[in-house]
Amino acid sequence: MKQRTSEAKTLRNTQCGQTVTVMRLTGSGAIKRRIMDMGLTKGTQVYVRKVAPLGDPVEVTVRGYELSIRKADAEMIEVS
Amino acid sequence: MKLALAGNPNCGKTTMFNNLTGASQYVGNWPGVTVEKKEGKLKEHKDIIVTDLPGIYSLSPYTLEEVVARNYLLEEHPDVIIDIVDATNIERNLYLTTQLLETGVPVVIALNMMDVIKKRGDKIDIKKLSEKLGCPIVETSALKGTGLTKLIETALGVAKTVEVQPIVHKFAADVEASLTDIVGILSGIVSQNSLRWYAIKLFERDEKVEAHFKFKADTRNKINEIIKLCENQYDDDSESIITNERYTFIHGLMRECVKKREEQMTISDKIDRVVTNRVAAIPIFIGVMFLVYFISVSWLGTIVTDWTNDVLFGEWISGWASDGLAAIGAADWAQSLVVDGIIGGVGAIIGFVPQMLILFVLLALLEDCGYMARVAFIMDRIFRKFGLSGKSFIPMLVASGCGVPGVMASRTIENESDRRMTIMTTTFVPCGAKLPIIALIAGAMFPENSWWLAPCAYFLGIGMVIISGIILKKTKPFAGEPAPFVMELPQYRVPGAKGVLIHMWERGKSFIIKAGTIIFASTVVIWLLSNFNTSFEMVDTSESMLAGIGNAIAPVFAPLGFGDWQSSVATITGLVAKENVVATMGVLHGIADATEESVALLASVAGTFTVVSAFSFMAFNLLCAPCFAAIGAIKREMGNAKWTWAAIGYQTLLAYVVAFIIFQLGSVFVLGQPFGVGAVIAIALIALIVWLMARKGYDPSKKRETLSAVEANS
Repeated sequence: MKQRTSEAKTLRNTQCGQTVTVMRLTGSGAIKRRIMDMGLTKGTQVYVRKVAPLGDPVEVTVRGYELSIRKADAEMIEVS
Repeated sequence: MKLALAGNPNCGKTTMFNNLTGASQYVGNWPGVTVEKKEGKLKEHKDIIVTDLPGIYSLSPYTLEEVVARNYLLEEHPDVIIDIVDATNIERNLYLTTQLLETGVPVVIALNMMDVIKKRGDKIDIKKLSEKLGCPIVETSALKGTGLTKLIETALGVAKTVEVQPIVHKFAADVEASLTDIVGILSGIVSQNSLRWYAIKLFERDEKVEAHFKFKADTRNKINEIIKLCENQYDDDSESIITNERYTFIHGLMRECVKKREEQMTISDKIDRVVTNRVAAIPIFIGVMFLVYFISVSWLGTIVTDWTNDVLFGEWISGWASDGLAAIGAADWAQSLVVDGIIGGVGAIIGFVPQMLILFVLLALLEDCGYMARVAFIMDRIFRKFGLSGKSFIPMLVASGCGVPGVMASRTIENESDRRMTIMTTTFVPCGAKLPIIALIAGAMFPENSWWLAPCAYFLGIGMVIISGIILKKTKPFAGEPAPFVMELPQYRVPGAKGVLIHMWERGKSFIIKAGTIIFASTVVIWLLSNFNTSFEMVDTSESMLAGIGNAIAPVFAPLGFGDWQSSVATITGLVAKENVVATMGVLHGIADATEESVALLASVAGTFTVVSAFSFMAFNLLCAPCFAAIGAIKREMGNAKWTWAAIGYQTLLAYVVAFIIFQLGSVFVLGQPFGVGAVIAIALIALIVWLMARKGYDPSKKRETLSAVEANS
């Protein structure tokens, strides 16, 4: 799980103000399901809106609403 | 007839529930779990029961709320589900709708917040949407109360005419083929109504549903082959395939039925730009928190609490009671029981009610306007470090005023393990009633230079919160599934007065009921013990049963440096209210009407304690089990006795260990006493705490890995 994410571009290392498309989700079980339940599924457009004042979590716009997600979880979302 | 309300968090469900049921609400817990269950009777249709399901995003098997909701729908078969869909966030809200439709229970959609949509100039083709989903849709605005009559009419009509919800929406052909195969295996085993639901759940490899069926190995293999085939086609796991299919379907609906006006900055966006701005966010946050604290704890809160305590209970009620009892010629003991015992004890706690109500109004305002989610967003980084979440900040802040509303404020934390941890640690923060203890010790032991003791006490409290967070997170009950902090940041909106007041009252009411029962009983018991000896003669406290108990347990406190019976008794009476610690010390040292500033008391206390034992006494009283009111709040929020005892036991044990370390090491290093067994044990305890903090801890993912390894082998 870890090796893959270090190379691919993830939501974690996406710059503020960029719009990206979700390619795939790594990880499994409850966390993965929760992320998908919130609408972050394959092919979804995500706009990275801002980073919290202390550097984590990040705020993204997805499917027309605002979502806050920790960087550790954002790392599981591969984007392009 | 039974009606269920379902919907996402923040969709206006609570407001809708209040509108539908009016005052006829019953709040309790779902059997066996700490998830809140609300029921009420429909206004003007008293024979119809409305059940408010927990606010959820999905019907997955992973969170307690979701499992509670889906078990209710499948096992209790309500006659109709009213699915509340936030029209301003329609895409994600419909995701839950697609799952509700599959349960087989007839669904009516309340498309809520339509007033906002119209104001924005967006268009939703309701007729088409209704066709595509296969259920009626009624436009509503819960906040303004519009569309409710039509909603009830439609729901009742559907309940009478529709037996089983028709399922109109379909997934991609390959997925449908797999589902049909599974349906083939299932038909005859489950009722026709919920066939598709179970087929989809088995396809998703839902562990809870698999366990429910107890299939034989060959059936399991057959189902597994069907799923594998589809998974290979999609190069994805089956759970993700279904989730993707749902959102694909909804995305199609969006294109056909929803027309949004040009993307524009909404007012909410503009507010958010300022409020969570990288530079301004923290100052604004500090300002808001200061205001909440100032209004509810220092300024308005103190005014109303002082008035309730000193005037309402102190003069009026106890005055009337004394006069009244004297007039009818009641015995001295009866007067003492009513005035000192009941009015004094319960009054001290009821005195907090107005202050709490003010605080609850402010918290409800913050929550309803959408700022609470931003607080969590801003503070998460810090609190996550020691196993809490950003939402734990509010309870801790409030607890510095009073632990009772502090514990109750933890209710806004959805994650159960975070919530329990917050409840367990939040009373470590010194509350207002503990300040006299600090002042007493400061005045008695460090009369020249005592300014540092109060900050020291706060650091001790906060330090214990952090240490406990780190230690507890590594134990099995708290490790649990690593909960993702994926949180919706709702749109800012102007909160409705009615909603805020209902919010406030719900929380306040439960506390008042508690004060009237458990706390009432315990104050009577303490009064009895402190005024009577074993042959039930009324005596001074120093000869009472309580003194006897104090003597008996005093040796327990000896290793902490305060093994005299007075300190033990003061600690016990502190359980009724922490203010009692100083008052009891006064009584037991023979000084009437003692406050933390009485010179005689200070001198007397200074005579019994050393610098080190005084500090140890203070530490123990700050950290040990809180007052009965707070214990009552802990019990109410934990929802079960086991967790309540665990919390109180942990707090008291930690207090004991900390006081022990302070006294034993302090005696050696400050007072220059010889290094003995006690100091060795103290050092060992420090080593244990360090080890507990540094160890790897329980890892739930390990257990899962071994499980899947077994599956792979079989």
